[in-house]
Amino acid sequence: MTAVVLIIVQVLVALAVTPLLLGVMRQVRSRLESRVGAGVLQPYRDVAKLLRKQPLRAQGSSPILVYAPLVLLVSSLMIVALVPLITTSSLVTIPSDLFVVVSLLLVGTVAMAVLGLDGGTAFGGMGSSRHMMIAALVEPTVLMSVYALSVPVGSSTLSTIVAARGLDPARVVTPAGLLAVVALVIVVLAETGRLPVDNPSTHLELTMVHEAMILESAGRDLAWLEVGSWLRLTALLGLVVNLALPWGVAADASPLMLVLGVVALVVKLLAAGAIVAAAEVFMAKLRLFRVPELLAGSFVLAFLAVTASYLAG
Amino acid sequence: MTTALTVTREDLASTVAGLLGTGHRMALVAAHEETDAFRVVYVLLGADRVELTVTMPRDDAWLPSLAAICYPAGRFEREIRDLYGIRPLDHPLPHRLVRHAHWPTGWYPMLKDAGPMPAGDGSASYPFLEVEGDGVYEIPVGPIHAGLIEPGHFRFSVVGETILRMKARLWFMHRGVEKLAEGKAVGEVVGLTERISGDTAIGHSVAYAMAVEEALGIEVSEDARMVRALLLECERLYNHVSDLGAMVNDVAFGIIHSHTSRLREQLLRHNEALTGHRLLRGAVEIGGARLTRAADTALVERVVAEARELAELALAHTVVANRLRDTAVLRREQVEHMDALGYVARASGVPVDARADHPFVDLGPDFHIITETDGDVRARFLVRYYELGVSADVIAHLTRRLGGRLGDVAPPARGTGAGFGVVEAWRGTLCHRVEVKDGIVTRLKAVDPSWFTWPALPQALTDTIVPDFPLANKSFNLSYAGNDL
Repeated sequence: MTAVVLIIVQVLVALAVTPLLLGVMRQVRSRLESRVGAGVLQPYRDVAKLLRKQPLRAQGSSPILVYAPLVLLVSSLMIVALVPLITTSSLVTIPSDLFVVVSLLLVGTVAMAVLGLDGGTAFGGMGSSRHMMIAALVEPTVLMSVYALSVPVGSSTLSTIVAARGLDPARVVTPAGLLAVVALVIVVLAETGRLPVDNPSTHLELTMVHEAMILESAGRDLAWLEVGSWLRLTALLGLVVNLALPWGVAADASPLMLVLGVVALVVKLLAAGAIVAAAEVFMAKLRLFRVPELLAGSFVLAFLAVTASYLAG
Repeated sequence: MTTALTVTREDLASTVAGLLGTGHRMALVAAHEETDAFRVVYVLLGADRVELTVTMPRDDAWLPSLAAICYPAGRFEREIRDLYGIRPLDHPLPHRLVRHAHWPTGWYPMLKDAGPMPAGDGSASYPFLEVEGDGVYEIPVGPIHAGLIEPGHFRFSVVGETILRMKARLWFMHRGVEKLAEGKAVGEVVGLTERISGDTAIGHSVAYAMAVEEALGIEVSEDARMVRALLLECERLYNHVSDLGAMVNDVAFGIIHSHTSRLREQLLRHNEALTGHRLLRGAVEIGGARLTRAADTALVERVVAEARELAELALAHTVVANRLRDTAVLRREQVEHMDALGYVARASGVPVDARADHPFVDLGPDFHIITETDGDVRARFLVRYYELGVSADVIAHLTRRLGGRLGDVAPPARGTGAGFGVVEAWRGTLCHRVEVKDGIVTRLKAVDPSWFTWPALPQALTDTIVPDFPLANKSFNLSYAGNDL
């Protein structure tokens, strides 16, 4: 029962902090590029605006245009519920197992790709095909790198891995651990459509990946898509920071631990977001056919991490 | 030196072929409506200028097509067919060019009795070649785009991500500029030419003013010519600075773009100080040009140094360098075949530059033509990068020679005649031809360099992938408005 309460709190906190994360990332980038920026609260205003708007749907489109955003949103909410963000306690019936989380990621990915195809426009199809190409390269690396971290712990449950790393800081700075975290960072950036793989702030349709798929969505549909995609960023970035810095994650349901967990998560998440945004200022977008090279590189790191974790273990 | 010849339709092709063989290029073709005849003037530029005039009766209005020997001539012929109804005979690609689908067939707007456009049914087709094959699909883009850019429709035939063919359908913004000029006093039209393409205000107005001055025999003082050359360089500077940033922005290296935008703003304010207008409007008049104050060479040099540093930062970035290199290669033969102009031609190794080919004032010892040989996006980036330095040097030289004098304007003249003006605008060689009767413009023909260079863009896309198109397009940065008058 306490686990249920904890997970509800975790989902609510994630929902509340996600637009702020995006706002901070955009604002950091704006300021570093000597632009004024729209302020850290702009994503909240954007979502509120979109939710008030009537969704316009292309003629001849199928109900996928209605349901795919909801599928993405629900899958993202489930990922946020399962990934150890503010607490390491998990539901017994649905463990925060690595394979469950990766499968949920794929559910959202496929929902978005199908949505891109449904509008029948060239841009949507283009975005979907690029998105699937990237997804196909990202998923194995996510599995491998988290697997490398799971070897010393002997469990593929994410919360167990985070808890074990928290208890034994020596595990954090092993070669396997570092390699795995670096590999994870790269694939998280690819999966969430950040530079150098995708440019979230472009207006050039022909270069888009993520944005191309959601071009045909408007109003409420678009709000769900945005929140769904942002939540994936929160979950994945949160997972990475908790694997890299596994401290401050609540191990039980005491109010003090919970408050500490929330504060630690928000601080770590926003700091990580600010670092990612600052790094993006110095990055340009890779040529599309170079993206596989980058992702193959991250797969090699993940593979080395697995090897190292066996050798060390 | 100008040679004016009258030729018959039968002799036209052989005469033009001979001139093309002696290093001339087709610079301008303009049709004129007479009482019972059409008169078509071909202007060919080389070491000298040759004007060929062909006259034909109205009820037998056809021209032999030169498309087989001169690619740009084929496009001029289609334009004349659309605007005047003169048929090009044996044209290999006879479909409409300037006429948009909603123009009714048989209505030729440049004719004096054309009147307002009758209602068309909009059904006239625009044939896109359909590429067929396994996995080939089409991506239609535009004419309405996500950014603040002009309207153009691009139809890509694509396999996977590789572009097999791209057809650009422009001509969405015909404003009837040439028709608007007719019947106005020569002085009134300067403002119109400044607005042909907003970023080429000086290029168009200087070419127009030079054409009128030749027609009316007005002598322009050296000071005024120096001021005009200086303004052309100011126009080149702010556009090149903004292009360098925009190209890098298209590979998502936005910080460079933020800073080039800042520098562009400084140049625009400098423009305003020089002429009272950020886009340099109002400085050029028939008979001369005037500044409101001398150019601030220290500011120009500082801005150029900063812009060059930014460009160097971009080129030193491995990912940016990789994105620019070998993207959208335009080969030298393609440039020569299409007569592409400006930095596009120079980036492919063709040293075409009206500042050297048709100089109207000495630009000083530091002026030289920049060429690159690779023909890729990087080469077009580098040509602009080096030209910044040349422009700054020319501005410094002209300012020194002007020594605080701000230019002057010769007294107006009323008269009759025809004249031709050619300048190196920032996009490339730009020319105007006017005919004046008693101080009133009877015909204005303007040719923006974009007219010549647009067809080169699809050629450069061989082996380019779809996500690189915006970058390739930005490296050409052609004008839609200058192309479609």
